[in-house]
Amino acid sequence: MKLIIGKGSCGIAAGADKVSDAAEKYIAENGFNISTGVTGCIGMCYLEPIVDVYKDNGEKTTYVKVTADSVKEIIDAELEGKTAEKYLIPQEDKESLAGQTRIALRNCGLINPESIDEYMAKGGYKAIEKCVKTLKPEEVIEIIKTSGLAGRGGAGFPTWFKWNAARSAPGNKKYTICNADEGDPGAFMDRAVIEGDPNSVIEGMLVGAYAMGSDEGVVYVRAEYPLAIKRLANAINQAREKGMLGKNIFGTGFNFDIRIKAGAGAFVCGEETALIASIEGERGMPRLKPPFPAQKGFWQKPSNINNVETYANVPWIILNGGEKFAAMGTPDSKGTKVFALTGKIKKGGLVEIPMGATINSVIFGVGGGIKNDRKVKAVQMGGPSGGCIPAELFDTLIDYKKLGATGAIMGSGGMVVMDETTCMVDMARFFLDFTCKESCGKCIHCRVGTKRMLEILTRITEGKGKDGDIELLENLANEIKSSALCGLGQTAPNPVLTTLRYFRNEYEDHIYNHKCTAHQCKALVTYSIDAEKCKGCTLCARNCPAGAISGSVKNPHVIDATKCVKCGKCASVCKFGAVVVD
Amino acid sequence: MSEICNCVLEQEQALAKIGIDTALLEPVLKQYAPVKGSLITILQHAQDIYGYLPVELLNYISLKTGIKPAKILGVATFYAQFRLEPIGKYLVMVCQGTACHVNGSEAIQAAVCEYLGIKDGQTTSDGLFSIKSVACLGCCSLSPVMMINGEAYGTLTPAKATGILADIKAKEAQGR
Repeated sequence: MKLIIGKGSCGIAAGADKVSDAAEKYIAENGFNISTGVTGCIGMCYLEPIVDVYKDNGEKTTYVKVTADSVKEIIDAELEGKTAEKYLIPQEDKESLAGQTRIALRNCGLINPESIDEYMAKGGYKAIEKCVKTLKPEEVIEIIKTSGLAGRGGAGFPTWFKWNAARSAPGNKKYTICNADEGDPGAFMDRAVIEGDPNSVIEGMLVGAYAMGSDEGVVYVRAEYPLAIKRLANAINQAREKGMLGKNIFGTGFNFDIRIKAGAGAFVCGEETALIASIEGERGMPRLKPPFPAQKGFWQKPSNINNVETYANVPWIILNGGEKFAAMGTPDSKGTKVFALTGKIKKGGLVEIPMGATINSVIFGVGGGIKNDRKVKAVQMGGPSGGCIPAELFDTLIDYKKLGATGAIMGSGGMVVMDETTCMVDMARFFLDFTCKESCGKCIHCRVGTKRMLEILTRITEGKGKDGDIELLENLANEIKSSALCGLGQTAPNPVLTTLRYFRNEYEDHIYNHKCTAHQCKALVTYSIDAEKCKGCTLCARNCPAGAISGSVKNPHVIDATKCVKCGKCASVCKFGAVVVD
Repeated sequence: MSEICNCVLEQEQALAKIGIDTALLEPVLKQYAPVKGSLITILQHAQDIYGYLPVELLNYISLKTGIKPAKILGVATFYAQFRLEPIGKYLVMVCQGTACHVNGSEAIQAAVCEYLGIKDGQTTSDGLFSIKSVACLGCCSLSPVMMINGEAYGTLTPAKATGILADIKAKEAQGR
């Protein structure tokens, strides 16, 4: 019997280490004949820690929300040939997982990411073997072209085109770079892929390098992802030992090796020219294009940069054919896409679905709907470069062009769900605060423009908005969009423009009616006590940090608005729902 | 040895005064100084060793690598990872990513700051805790999240967050 514990960052944060320690101790103390192992994130983060029990005949049983105590019960039950029903994965979650189409995530949560043998047992490194032994580089590029694979980092540029440009560029030295600087807040697809299946990224880079005629690769990983760096480093070492990286791969004279460069925390480094500057040890500041990295990139040599998920798709495409990949999706967007579902959603986690599904099917299908069954308001896609899509447009198909038409973007795959308690002006302020902090400062439109926009948004959320602010915001947003140097600046106004487009009434409510209907903007919220509901229990008065609540026992209490600091403590402690927030 | 000029010695002495032993950095410099484009890697290792990057250390790295001090300071202040001031024994990183924001991270941040009696970016007077708000820790499905010395704590409430800090405080008090 084998006990496999899900240990992605999410599993570990949910307590997977405690579960495995307890299990190992229990097994050792009792001398059970059970081995233990790890796997990456299966994507159902809301059910972590997850434990898979494999019987000797290969039959698998999945247990969820396992604790240090329940793992013992599970072991006991399994040893008796039974299942610990209480902790079994719910049927609907099992079906939701089976209903996905997993290509980039094909091995995540199934194999041990620290073992190259398990990757190879799943057909790993067969794609690069096929390439170097039977295909010419041009033929590899042709397969990728047929597949319609587009850059999964957000922009959706055709992968074959970039590879071909790097291949055609003059010079003998070319670099294959993987962008794993997943700085978009609310996204963790790349982390999960590297933590769960690092070899698929290495193999994808190998195929790309072979196609482009490159012998050196760099993976630029966020320093905030220590586990991903550790597992990737381990996978690179194992690949070298197996001869998959290094000189004369498969005896064909093809050489390629990869090193890791840990990023140091700068969102702008997701932009390819900034990323190159960072790998060169400089401040991560973008430069004008052209020349494109395919002509002059890392150390001025032709370089190709793809995102983690893009590379992870490549081995599957080589083995299954470009046509099979292209058969999924829409005319404009082929294959599958991984999304990180978060926010006010019941079942947060990772999902991989074919392009062309509706937003609705993701949020209410795989995602299980909205937390506490509140009313959904919008979904934010594409992070600080993207936009908010309102609930009325949730029948939009997931497709680069269709999402673009809403003002949002496909982005790298972050989907943050918002309900009626989310204030859209506050969301816009949140994103501008982010881009303003992350602006590298090189071009004035981004450096100063985002700051001015943030000031306006801040004053609106503080109840100091003025007539004309909305128009000023729109004007600034369009100026920045058309004149900023790089992608960060050009897309920074998107969260503001989309919220203005779909939720203009909320801006107007803030400015003209001094109201925040979501009750998020403190300055615009008032607290009062409903005298009919109040039982005079004094709980609110005792908890009020400002001493703003008065009243005697068993008599209705009153909040003094001049003293109230709007901390909301009274509303959270009241057992009778007597505190009215407006 | 004649090639070591006085300024290197001076810097070493200045660093020794603030408790920084430059010998620990020697293997890093030996490995990376000759490799073009390794400045960020050197700074990352230096911060791992000493916990922070005092300006004297940046000057020292400049002398040893030949990279101009202005450039080193420029890089060290550009990236969020680097800090020029020492931090507490426990670095509390409160996530302010989108998912955490939507799920109430501002209340968590406020509770943590109130409990420790310091603001974001500051260190408690006993040198135990530093608070730093960060953009995204990538554990969005567990939001709101904070990370203390590399360990993530998820689905926080203000009470749960301060409880975790109280546990660490208690453990530290016992240890003394």
